[in-house]
Amino acid sequence: MSVLGDPDPHLTFGKKLRNNSWGLVLLLCATAGLGFAILYSVAGGSVDPWVTRQAARFAIGFTLMMGVAFVDIRFWLKAAYPFYAISLVMLVGVELVGVTGQGAQRWVDLGIFNLQPSEMMKLSLVMVLARYFHGLAQDEIGKLRWLIVPTFLTVVPVILVLREPDLGTAILLLAAAGMVVWLAGARWWLFALILIAAIASIPIGWEYMHGYQQERILTFLNPERDPLGAGYHIMQSKIALGSGGIWGKGFLLGTQSQLSFLPEKQTDFIFTTLAEELGLAGGLMLLALYTVIISIGFGIAFRSLNQFSRLLALGITCTFFLYVFINVAMVMGLVPVVGVPLPLISYGGTAMVTVMLGFGLVLSVSIHRDVPIPRKPGLDAP
Amino acid sequence: MKRESLHQKTFTRRAIMLGGLQVGLMSVLAGRLYYLQVVQSDRYSLQSDENRINMRLLAPRRGRILDRFGVELAGNQQNFRVVLIAEQAEDVEETLAALERIIPLTAYEKSKVLREVARRRSFVPVTVAENLSWDEFARINVNSPDLPGLQPEIGESRFYPMGEPFSHVVGYISAVAVGDLTGDPVLELPGYKIGKNGIEKSREESLRGTAGVSRVEVNAFGRVIRELARNEGDPGEDIQLTLDAELQRFVWRRLGEESASAALIDIHSGDVLSLVSSPGFDPQAFTVGLTGAEWRSLTQDRRNPLLNKAIGGQYPPGSTFKLVVALAALETGVISPDHKVTCTGKIEFGNRTFHCWKRIGHGRLDLLSAIQQSCDIYFYDIALKVGVDRIAAMAERLGLGATTGIGLLGEKPGLIPTKAWKQASIGEAWRKSETMIAGIGQGFVLTTALQLAVMTARIANGGSAVQPQIVAPVADQERAPAPSLGISRAAINIVLEGMNRVSNSPRGTGFRARIEDADFALAGKSGTSQVRRISKAERETRVLRNDERAWVERDHALFVAYAPVKKPRYAAAVIVEHGGSGSGVAAPIVRDILFEVQRLAADRAARNPLAGTVTENSASEGSDG
Repeated sequence: MSVLGDPDPHLTFGKKLRNNSWGLVLLLCATAGLGFAILYSVAGGSVDPWVTRQAARFAIGFTLMMGVAFVDIRFWLKAAYPFYAISLVMLVGVELVGVTGQGAQRWVDLGIFNLQPSEMMKLSLVMVLARYFHGLAQDEIGKLRWLIVPTFLTVVPVILVLREPDLGTAILLLAAAGMVVWLAGARWWLFALILIAAIASIPIGWEYMHGYQQERILTFLNPERDPLGAGYHIMQSKIALGSGGIWGKGFLLGTQSQLSFLPEKQTDFIFTTLAEELGLAGGLMLLALYTVIISIGFGIAFRSLNQFSRLLALGITCTFFLYVFINVAMVMGLVPVVGVPLPLISYGGTAMVTVMLGFGLVLSVSIHRDVPIPRKPGLDAP
Repeated sequence: MKRESLHQKTFTRRAIMLGGLQVGLMSVLAGRLYYLQVVQSDRYSLQSDENRINMRLLAPRRGRILDRFGVELAGNQQNFRVVLIAEQAEDVEETLAALERIIPLTAYEKSKVLREVARRRSFVPVTVAENLSWDEFARINVNSPDLPGLQPEIGESRFYPMGEPFSHVVGYISAVAVGDLTGDPVLELPGYKIGKNGIEKSREESLRGTAGVSRVEVNAFGRVIRELARNEGDPGEDIQLTLDAELQRFVWRRLGEESASAALIDIHSGDVLSLVSSPGFDPQAFTVGLTGAEWRSLTQDRRNPLLNKAIGGQYPPGSTFKLVVALAALETGVISPDHKVTCTGKIEFGNRTFHCWKRIGHGRLDLLSAIQQSCDIYFYDIALKVGVDRIAAMAERLGLGATTGIGLLGEKPGLIPTKAWKQASIGEAWRKSETMIAGIGQGFVLTTALQLAVMTARIANGGSAVQPQIVAPVADQERAPAPSLGISRAAINIVLEGMNRVSNSPRGTGFRARIEDADFALAGKSGTSQVRRISKAERETRVLRNDERAWVERDHALFVAYAPVKKPRYAAAVIVEHGGSGSGVAAPIVRDILFEVQRLAADRAARNPLAGTVTENSASEGSDG
């Protein structure tokens, strides 16, 4: 048995190429391309300083994605636990040697580039939960004791990420884990209970929040309470969006972004620049692109024949959705500012690589959709 | 397979639910986007423009102040300065050190610049040096490649080329105080200055103009990206005065270090040709900002340099007031010109003794001689006959006791007492002895130099109610001739003859200060007003001479006159505060002023016949005397 599992005689390289979802690949490239255009505009009509570097990262991400896609899905099944373990160790490493970036310890300096272990954990967590639930029988999922392990798998990294502190990623991890557990078939009442418990614990959670996190939530509830301070970002973002109108102010002509009224215009608030310059039309176009990407993710999950692949594909797709939703809702003032980038568009290396790796796994599911995987090692597929 | 399909069924069902939720959330995003970008678009577009568009006010160019011939009394001067833009300098301190090799910079100035640089955003220009000479400015320009971040600039600042002689009339501009704010946004521009005195203040509205506006696009840090629109506004109007700059400077030099005031007016048009208060001050110093020491030396000087004494200094007119009393007596018919009084040097009235300035007395004299020799006893007599109220009525007709309305700040009305006035303000009945004192222009009576010049003009022009004016009328504006005061011509002619004798008869008090050239000859009246009571003991021994007394106890010296006698044209009044005798101190000054104004007019007429006719035409109107 090789590392890559038994080579399937029926799955030739040609078949793999045909199985690959080239539509998804194309849409990812298109979205990233749109991102380059906005970064070009944000830089005042220049490929410096962002477009060239972002394109280079996309190239790396693209290569990694295709590499991951063609690796046998059974390898990823086996790799789930080790990868999770590595990610967890790196998260602990951040606690010990982390470099503080923007007030939070989120990076491990690997010499060549800074690695953000919490990004890796987003993939590892989905993978490991998919792996775990793959091994459970349907009747076992309904039993509470089988949920103890996934709870630990989720809570430990969430706590580590919260300590960095990075509330946005912690919420994303929790939500992604919840969706995988939900898809695996956990009981309804369990989610209802967790929801009630979560609401009940808000006052306690409030006490444990950092000042800036409390500030963000208060500001979200009433941006005008501090128009020059914390509320400034969200107000300027809404002004930019609103002034864009239906057709926008024109490419390179967004006054709010070009004149630096927008904060973080190349990272978290990049959607605002797009919608200011290209208007409602541009904004809806991007949302449509995302919706199609997500729909393809759903389709791939539905077509897959095994539980691991299904949970993995849809877990990653839903995490992607969460990124999009939280970021866009945030810049439009629907949710508090939590520091979640807009996937494929926001400037930033780790996020780009993570998203591409994630879609590599989704593509791998697509390519290996007909590969049967037994529930327990040794058990042959029926 | 069954297990697997069970997994798949649950998965599919739940995935569809999750998908539905996601579609719902995506719709929320799209709906929110629609709400912001379509429903609320107008509101946010407005806010976006408010963000990026700034209105910059452009200070209008201030109007100039000119003399009657167009000589600039207040103008705008190019202000050569150098500003530092920190972000363009590699090292601010190094740049300043390099600048120091070109122009002198004190350590204090350097530290001030560094403080400013630290406080402001790096693209905001900070003024390093102002009011540079052309030489310095040129040197900085030549060396600018070695002075990164330094930018030579040409600004504008108020400039008073004539300086002190005009300080009171022209005034000065200075920083806007909170109380000056009227809502005109230009007043809130940093460094903007407005008129605080003189014409600069009274004509502030015209001089200021209207501010222009520049609409500029700025970024979030306030840096100007580009100009969107520009409206230059309207520059302020130039104000032309009736003053003759050359004459004004002459008068100012002539008053010298005295605390004195002088007014010279055209008796027909009322044009004020010269209005001087001495000492003055440097108006430039006020626009730059006075130091504490400069301010103290101005406010503590007992000669009161900041007061425009020509309109705001009130003095007893002394014997110059006898012209009023004489006119009142003649006009009311109380006396004829032949009325005679014998002066023995003193007269008893009630239980008091009233003295004549001449201890040994003048002997028997008529009105003309009494004016000529300024006999006090004679005027005590006729003042009592006329009564104070009728004297006051004549004084008021001649322009005393009320502001002239010349339109300058700080003009005082003086005081012409009446019985009613005393009852109302002091609460006592008028006493006859007070009429006597008023008859020689002392006691309650107060006047200004400008009022005395107007009085003299109204007598000299034959009784027209000429009004003094200091702002020249618009060129083609018809000027209505001054209405007559209705004083009998005969009475006026007698007083004019009396004045003629003062100056041109050997026994006249002003004879020594006459103009010998008959064409230029003047006719006047002296006045010496006491500021202290002379005690009986002092009178019995010897009255102290002025130069034996402390400055504040010396008499005020006054002289009023018109010229030329043949065809009156100009009237002048000079008051030298604590100067001594009117005939000895003030009369020579008046003589020199009246000589100079006629000499200048003759010179100009000779040099430029056309200009001569322009200045002559007002004289021809009232030359019926």
